[in-house]
Amino acid sequence: MDGFLLNAIIYILAAIICVPIAKKLGMGAVLGYLLAGILIGPYALGFISNEGEGHDIMHNAEFGVVMMLFLIGLELEPQNLWKMKSLIITVGLTQVLVTAALISGVGIALGLDWRLCLAAGLSMALSSTAIVIQSLKEKNEMGSPGGKMSFGVLLMQDIAVIPILALLPLLAVAAAGVQGDSGSHGILENQPGWIQTLMIFGAIGMVVLLGRFGFGPLLNWVSKTKLRELFTASALLIVVGIAFLMELVGLSPALGTFLAGVILANSPYKHALESDLDPFKGLLLGLFFMAVGATINFTLVVNEATSVISITLGIIILKTLILLVIGKFKKLRLSENLSFALGLSQVGEFSFVTYAFALQLGILTQANSDLLMAVTALTMTATPLLMVVLDKLIQPKLIKESLGNNRKMDENIDGKNKVILIGFGHFGSTLGRFMRANGVEATILDADPDQVDFLRKMGFKVFYGDGTRLELLHSAGAEQAEILISAIDNTEHSLKLVKLCKEHFPHLEVMIRAKNRYDAYEMMEMGVKNVYREHLDTSIRMGEDVLRKLGFRAHTVHRLAKQFKEYDEEALKVLVEYKGNQDEYISKVKKQIEMQESLLSGEQMRKFSMNDHAWDSDVMKDPQK
Amino acid sequence: MRKILVLFAHPKYEHSDANHALIQSIENLENVQIRDLYELYPDFNVNKQEEQEQLFQYDVIVWQHPFYWYSCPPLLKQWIDLVLEYGWAYGPGGVYIQGKYIFNAITTGGSTEVYSHKGRNRYTISEFLRPFEQTAKLCGMHYLPYFHLGGTHRISEPDLLKKADEYRELIIQLRDSELIPIEPNLQNH
Repeated sequence: MDGFLLNAIIYILAAIICVPIAKKLGMGAVLGYLLAGILIGPYALGFISNEGEGHDIMHNAEFGVVMMLFLIGLELEPQNLWKMKSLIITVGLTQVLVTAALISGVGIALGLDWRLCLAAGLSMALSSTAIVIQSLKEKNEMGSPGGKMSFGVLLMQDIAVIPILALLPLLAVAAAGVQGDSGSHGILENQPGWIQTLMIFGAIGMVVLLGRFGFGPLLNWVSKTKLRELFTASALLIVVGIAFLMELVGLSPALGTFLAGVILANSPYKHALESDLDPFKGLLLGLFFMAVGATINFTLVVNEATSVISITLGIIILKTLILLVIGKFKKLRLSENLSFALGLSQVGEFSFVTYAFALQLGILTQANSDLLMAVTALTMTATPLLMVVLDKLIQPKLIKESLGNNRKMDENIDGKNKVILIGFGHFGSTLGRFMRANGVEATILDADPDQVDFLRKMGFKVFYGDGTRLELLHSAGAEQAEILISAIDNTEHSLKLVKLCKEHFPHLEVMIRAKNRYDAYEMMEMGVKNVYREHLDTSIRMGEDVLRKLGFRAHTVHRLAKQFKEYDEEALKVLVEYKGNQDEYISKVKKQIEMQESLLSGEQMRKFSMNDHAWDSDVMKDPQK
Repeated sequence: MRKILVLFAHPKYEHSDANHALIQSIENLENVQIRDLYELYPDFNVNKQEEQEQLFQYDVIVWQHPFYWYSCPPLLKQWIDLVLEYGWAYGPGGVYIQGKYIFNAITTGGSTEVYSHKGRNRYTISEFLRPFEQTAKLCGMHYLPYFHLGGTHRISEPDLLKKADEYRELIIQLRDSELIPIEPNLQNH
């Protein structure tokens, strides 16, 4: 296939077709990109005629990984990183060392060259940051104990890339200098060791210094021009510049940008940088995964099917087992431990980098490298599929089992509750406590397993899990319940819940917490009658206290607050009806604002609302008039 | 020296010159405590325990309020309903406010003359106040003659101040005199 534009069309089309399908099937975007790559690769449709082309694209698209690490760094403030140090060191380091040792050990035991085994073992110990973080985010599990541990492991693996890349040349030396020319590797090659070391420290120091004192003023200066694209360009310059510097001294560009990201995490430009670079990262990563898919050598896979499949399975099983042991040691519950272990069981995208490097150094032969790449791509393809199986088939059973005993007991005592409360955070827990204080028990659903444990100890009837799942609502007794309360602060989940209830449990009275006016609109449009804006009561209550502190009479303020709240709720209902017709909506909004203003100015006149003639004796004083 | 508790109920005190004058005339007196019920319980959620403890400490109680529809504003009724509890204020064991003195201090828009058998309101004020009188009686309290500030719609500033002084004198007298005469039918003219 010739022509840049045509190629671009093929890649983008493949992605646009495959990724949504993969997502629909619950497999996640990464797998979608991999499949798209396989589809356009030499072994399916053949748009990419040879693996070399795929490799080239992959090499270019590796930059997506570099960007991703910059963005990950941005998310991590150094204090937080410091707080995670025990997790990173104990869990992460154990995982990397034990996995690398075992994989290498097995290889050596099979009689392979130890250098090859060590290089492969170290590479394969790493998991795919892109796949894991993506799927954790999709499942909203970043904050769960398992999610945190996954993140710790991934961070350690990211850090481990430096020593691994540093170690590989030593293996090459040990490989008796087969390779005379080790390729394009920096200006430092022919320098003596101490200069190399010095230069490396110098480069890292430079990144730190630039991050601290250089980038801030640069971004500040650029942002003053108010040209958005210039800011984006500066963000790209930072990433590309650091990557270049790192490559110059032979360090991992990904790690350099990660470091710069961490340093910039405290800067006021954090969010602007994130939002500007995110699309680039997304596209490049997508391209990277497509290239990975396209480079899988299916001839090899078919010819050496047994070894490829057995190695793939072996790696997944080995990595999963090691992680399971670590998870067990860290007291993760079984269901969580399984998703933690299986989630991290693939070989990561960094290994493509290390294979390429090791190939240059002559540690791997082309055949080795092809085999390893096939295995890696297969693990990356297999784990998302395995995760789907785990989530859809095994997890529900496990959760049922672990909660089964208690649930049976509850049923025997008092049957199902009339109220189902979804979400037991600050909002939900206050609500739940209030109901309980008045003798109303609710069936509570929460997605945080620790919270669930705690609540069960307190005697609450709690189910673990995402309240927007139909089966869970069934088992929570949605058929018999009368009221369903959503106290979750995620609007999308709330809307999903409303839809579910409408479809499957139309008899339920749905009461919903809304974040703000706009969410409330949306919910009211869907026909929810009971919408509770979370700030409304508190802000008015605070206003009441302000007025009282200023000397207003308590009862008067109490009545005014009540009126104001009713007025505000009423105004919202009126607006909802006109929202469909934009023009009318806007004029309505205007009218409401005018009304609110007149109400406000009326209140300012100390005689309060013009309509409030309660206990007003002025009119009676001159009855003849 | 007796201790006096004024239970004051006015839903819109900020608009009432008459009640301002009355309250101002007594608010700095020694041993006289004013409880502004609408300020304390804007949501009508009367704290029964607190009110009973307060009530118990005083010898003379004043229900001071505007006379709305021949009765008291609703929060004072709420107070009566919640605080004068069975078994505490009356009934078996309800002995805690026995022997205290109590009376209504009211303001009316209409003048005294309209509250007569020949007047527009057809009954006298003491007849309208019968429920309060009987409430006091049931709790074993001595019900004293009411204090009345009438014609507040048209009252002149000097007259209002004169009335306020009268109120102050009455309160001081109840606080300091050796004996409070109890003549059950005194007010029924």
